[in-house]
Amino acid sequence: MFCKRIIPCLDCDLAVPRGRVVKGIEFKQIKYAGVSWKLAKKYYEDGADEIVFLDITASHERRGTMVEVIERTSEDVFVPLTVGGGISTIEDARRVFNAGADKVTINTAAIKNPQLVNKLAKYFGSQACVVAIDAKRRYITSLNEAKGKTVVRTPEGSCWYECSIYGGRRFTGLDAIKWAEEVERRGAGEILLTSMDRDGTTDGYDIQLTKVVSEKVKLPVIASGGCGELEHIYEVFKKTKVTAALAASIFHYKIFRIGDVKKYLAGKGITVRI
Amino acid sequence: MGLAIIDYGMGNIKSVYNAFRYLGAEPTVVKKPSDLRADKIVIPGVGAFGDGVKNLTPFIPKIKKAINSEVPVLGICLGLHMFFEGSEESPGARGMKVIQGRVVKIRTRLRLPHIGWNSIKIKKRCPLFRGLNGENMYFVHSYHALLKEDVIAATTSYGREITAAVWKDNVYGTQFHPEKSGGAGLKVLDNFLEL
Repeated sequence: MFCKRIIPCLDCDLAVPRGRVVKGIEFKQIKYAGVSWKLAKKYYEDGADEIVFLDITASHERRGTMVEVIERTSEDVFVPLTVGGGISTIEDARRVFNAGADKVTINTAAIKNPQLVNKLAKYFGSQACVVAIDAKRRYITSLNEAKGKTVVRTPEGSCWYECSIYGGRRFTGLDAIKWAEEVERRGAGEILLTSMDRDGTTDGYDIQLTKVVSEKVKLPVIASGGCGELEHIYEVFKKTKVTAALAASIFHYKIFRIGDVKKYLAGKGITVRI
Repeated sequence: MGLAIIDYGMGNIKSVYNAFRYLGAEPTVVKKPSDLRADKIVIPGVGAFGDGVKNLTPFIPKIKKAINSEVPVLGICLGLHMFFEGSEESPGARGMKVIQGRVVKIRTRLRLPHIGWNSIKIKKRCPLFRGLNGENMYFVHSYHALLKEDVIAATTSYGREITAAVWKDNVYGTQFHPEKSGGAGLKVLDNFLEL
C-alpha cells in the first residue's frame, strides 16, 4: 500500500553554531529548537519518512555549513534528505547532493530564473527537483481585481494566491496556482506548498489552497504551513490530494512525536509507514 | 578486496556508501574500471537510462565477468534497469542484457514519478529479504522492468503491479532504494553483505 508521508522540516539558521534549528511565526519571529543533525537523527528514529532542511540564513558565506549539516546527518539517517534555501545554481545543488542530499527545493531562484527548474530536472532528474511555493492569500471584493488570476473561494472570502520569495519578505505578483502548473511543465518532481497565511499559526493547513493545487497538478504535492494538531494532518489528507504533510513546530516542541501522528492516522484509516 | 560501489557519475553514491559503513562494511568507491576488483559489487544510481549506460559502458565487461564468476552484484533503481537490454526512457541505448525483459514507463493513472513509501510483496525466497515480510520501502521512479523470465523477487502496487526486486542467481536488483528505506532497507543491505 502506498503511504502518505510525514515530513518534519528543520529551518536551520546557519549563522549560529552547528546550524541550529529555528521556528518562525509567520516567517518573522524566531525561536531556537536544537542542533540540526541531532534533531534529524531523532526524527529518523521516531519514524520520519523524509527530512527537509531549509537554510533560512541563505547567505552565500554560510553555504559550507549546510554541506556539513547534511554530511553529518547522512552518516546515520537513512531516509531521503531534502535541502532548500540559497540554492540558485546547478553547482549549489551538486554541492548538497555530493554531501548526501537526495533532493533540493528551490523557490526564489526558480521564480527569478524559471529555466533553473528545467536544468535541475535535466541534470539530476525530476525526482531531485522540488519546487517550493510560498503562497499568500489576496482577498478580492470583485473579480475585476483579479484579472488573469485563479480565484479560489474560501470560508474567509474569495482570493487569489500570490507567490512570495526571499522567505516571505518580497511579493512577486505571480499567481501561485498558475506557477504550480508551470513548474510541472518545466519538469519539477514535487511541489512543496506552504501557506504563508497559516505558517506558524497552528490553525491548520490552508485546505482550499492545497486542494486546488493538488488537483491542478499531477505531481506529488506536500502540504505545509499551519499544522498545530493531529486533526490538521488527517484533514489535509482527507480533503485534498496531497501525498505528504510537512510540519515543524509540533515536532520541535515535542507537542507530538512522529510515531504518535502515524498511530493516530493509521487509526483513522490513512495508510502510513509504521 | 571486499565490497565495491561503482561510481559512474549517476546520482548519490554517498548514501549507499554511508549505509554500508553504518552496517560495519568497508566499501570501496570505484571510479575507474581498472580498479574494479571485488567479491561484491553494488551499482547504485539515479537518473536516465541513456546517460546511465553511456557512463557505465567502460565498466560493463568487468561487471559481466564478475557475474560469470559468481560475484554477487546488486543493482539499485537505475542499476537494476541496466541489467535489461533497453528502456523506453532512452530508446536506442543498450543495457547489459543479463536479465531478459525491458524497462517501460509505469502505466498507471496515479501520479508519476512514484515517489514515496510502498509495501513490497515478496514473491521468492530471495536471500535479500531474509527476516523481512512486506515492509515499506522508499521508491522514486517513473519506469520499471517488465520481465521475460521468472526472476521477480518482489513486487509493489501502484495502480498496477510493479517490479520491486529481481533475483537471478548471483544478480540482485531493487527498484526501491534500500539506502533510503530506514531499518527495513538496511536489513536488505545487511543481507547482501551476508551472502
